[in-house]
Amino acid sequence: MSKELHTIVALVEDRPGVLNRIVSRWRQRGFNIESLAVGHSETPGLSRMTFVVDAAHNDVEQVVKQVDKLVDIVHIEDITHLATVSRELIMIKVRSNPANRSAILQIVDIFRANIVDVSTESLIVEATGDEQKLDSLVELLEEFGVIELCRTGRVAMQRGAERVGQDEPHLVLPHLHGGRAPGGLF
Amino acid sequence: MKRTGAQIVFECLLREGVRHIFGYPGGANLPLYDTFKDYPQIQHILVRHEQSAAHAADAYARVTGDAGVCFATSGPGATNLVTGIATAWMDSVPIVCVTGAVVTSLIGRDGFQEADITGITLPVTKHNYLVTDVHDIARVMKEAFHIARTGRPGPVLVDIPRDTQQMTADFHYPETVHLRGYRVPGHPDPAEVKRAAKLIEEAERPLILAGHGVILSKAYDELLELAEKCDIPVITTLLGISGFPGTHPLFQGMPGMHGMYWNNMAISESDLLLGLGMRFDDRVTGRLKDFAPNAKIVHADVDPAEMGKNVRPTVALLGDLKATLQDLNREVGGKRHPDWKAWLARTRAEHPSITIPETDKLLPQFVLKQLYEATKGQAYVVTGVGQHQMWAAQYYWYDRPNSFVTSGGLGTMGFEVPAALGVQVARPKDVVWSVAGDGGFQMTMQELATLVEYELPVKFALLNNGYLGMVKQWQQLFYNDNRSAVKMFNPDFVKLAEAFGMVGLRVTDKTQVAPAIEQAMRHPGPVLVEFVVDEDENCYPMVPPGAALQETIDQPAMAPARRREEAVSRS
Ligand SMILES: Cc1ncc(C[n+]2csc(CCOP(=O)(O)OP(=O)(O)O)c2C)c(N)n1
Ligand SMILES: [Mg+2]
Repeated sequence: MSKELHTIVALVEDRPGVLNRIVSRWRQRGFNIESLAVGHSETPGLSRMTFVVDAAHNDVEQVVKQVDKLVDIVHIEDITHLATVSRELIMIKVRSNPANRSAILQIVDIFRANIVDVSTESLIVEATGDEQKLDSLVELLEEFGVIELCRTGRVAMQRGAERVGQDEPHLVLPHLHGGRAPGGLF
Repeated sequence: MKRTGAQIVFECLLREGVRHIFGYPGGANLPLYDTFKDYPQIQHILVRHEQSAAHAADAYARVTGDAGVCFATSGPGATNLVTGIATAWMDSVPIVCVTGAVVTSLIGRDGFQEADITGITLPVTKHNYLVTDVHDIARVMKEAFHIARTGRPGPVLVDIPRDTQQMTADFHYPETVHLRGYRVPGHPDPAEVKRAAKLIEEAERPLILAGHGVILSKAYDELLELAEKCDIPVITTLLGISGFPGTHPLFQGMPGMHGMYWNNMAISESDLLLGLGMRFDDRVTGRLKDFAPNAKIVHADVDPAEMGKNVRPTVALLGDLKATLQDLNREVGGKRHPDWKAWLARTRAEHPSITIPETDKLLPQFVLKQLYEATKGQAYVVTGVGQHQMWAAQYYWYDRPNSFVTSGGLGTMGFEVPAALGVQVARPKDVVWSVAGDGGFQMTMQELATLVEYELPVKFALLNNGYLGMVKQWQQLFYNDNRSAVKMFNPDFVKLAEAFGMVGLRVTDKTQVAPAIEQAMRHPGPVLVEFVVDEDENCYPMVPPGAALQETIDQPAMAPARRREEAVSRS
């Protein structure tokens, strides 16, 4: 089954339970979240989340709109069709010995990756890049034996001077309804 | 002066204009209940089940147009609210539920009567809060009411641990709310309004399909002005009923699954459908791909997520409906549509969807028509869910704005009793009729005790067909008449009413209907009138599930009941 991956960026209040609220909406509509990265944004009190979801069988636009309605979500945007830079970080613990170490180092060099830990039987390779680059790195290192692997999931940013959510109005409207006239049993 | 968390809650409620709270006490909200004595301006109504507290607050909110409030304790108290919260959620009704939670030190440790109610209600609330710092209570209450009432209204739940209710803090009620992720649409884009006006000018067969938004935004006058100014026939969704005068010559009734035949055909004929404050629900549209095949669509709603959810509009008017219609009314001219209206009148004459068959039997439709005549279309009518609900939508014509209270989106049986209670509390001097099913009534009939205790003179028209009628109808039509678990043993409803201390009447004959209604209305207290109606009667017109509106089966009015089912199952 072919996938149709969408990258969605959200700016959300940095509060307990916010992730749960968002994820609950994706779950309700049967979306599988391929990756998710959360961290601080440039605005204090706002976290930035990057979701990658498979939209092959589901209506992303509808869920994005539903998530946007959540009170704790300040901005959400599907940036799949914008010009973006996207990166992911990976750490791979590879089996190694003095005999194959230089072969590994060569690969690490080509990928502009780093060695961040060395022991007699293993190396930890750290690299950043887009998913394809990291996938090929993993493929090449697999022949030495991958002990453990972790990836952060995609983070993405639009190219140019634009900022996500920049033009979003922050409306604080007065009550549309005043207090009601006392009625009822009294 | 320091106040306890519980007192702060009450100070907030006072400032929000709250006068009535429907609730039920328990261990985790004892401090809140202890505080009622300090606030005699706020009356508590002790329901007999928390589900009723939520339904009553919901119905109270529907008729007052302001937020309803309910209280419950932690654990089972809070979980009992859930059906009521979900009902309010589906119908966009503003309620604020304040639940007690176990003390903060026990949260997450399976304390006695702990339930993760913010987790449980996440998908059925507009927003919810767990407040563990007494200093946050005032801000949270302010936000809760603001969120519940504004934009597309909805339920908000505030969960407060017992120790937080007891701690003290200074009380400052914030003037404004600061929610950077919450936006309330006001007026729509003027360019879109102009485009909508142009479509209205060009249309030959325009049709207004008005929903709950008309009532929620109190846009009755604006809707009437638009319809009259542009000579456009008006149909309403189930929740839109009583948003437009039921006896107005432009009014055509309800479309959809049990809508009028002529309306379902009109939707298919129309070249411009104005969906105003509604959401193109599947019960309205029938099979979506065949819905309104010839129409351009103008969709006006306050919820951006509704735009394009089910139907792609030609023009989307995002805004408060009242503001939207005011803007639109300034742009539109006075085109007349005599041919279109003549077509509708002809279709209506050829397919008399709501003609009551001539018979000596006591038919439920006849009861509704008599109720309409006795109350001159001015009563509040509350319903349960099922056949009786549809008949109440079809045979009673609502001339009074916002006088029809029903669970549309969730379709919650049992709504009829506590919702009638809520309406009567909000409108103590008005006539409130609960049109109840024998099934649904038995889900919440414990509230008769509440009605008697608080002297709330609700009148029940209990349509006893001895069946879970609507389910029986589906079994007859689509499951080879295999009547599985739909025939019910019923109690003696008259004795039951009497046991609760109210008047009970039984009607088994057509001739007794009007006198019984009359007698019920003369009595100053609550009355239950049981109408033992023909159990074979089914609800038409009907669009079979999954079918298109064009496949509407019209009321086979004059044929004997049995033959009708055969005709339907063959079609
Ligand atoms: C809480 C709940 N449970 C089940 C249903 C499914 N259901 C829809 S209509 C209906 C029958 C209702 O029977 P009754 O209240 O007697 O009304 P009638 O259709 O006979 O008028 C049922 C069981 C529902 N809507 N709500
Ligand atoms: Mg029944």
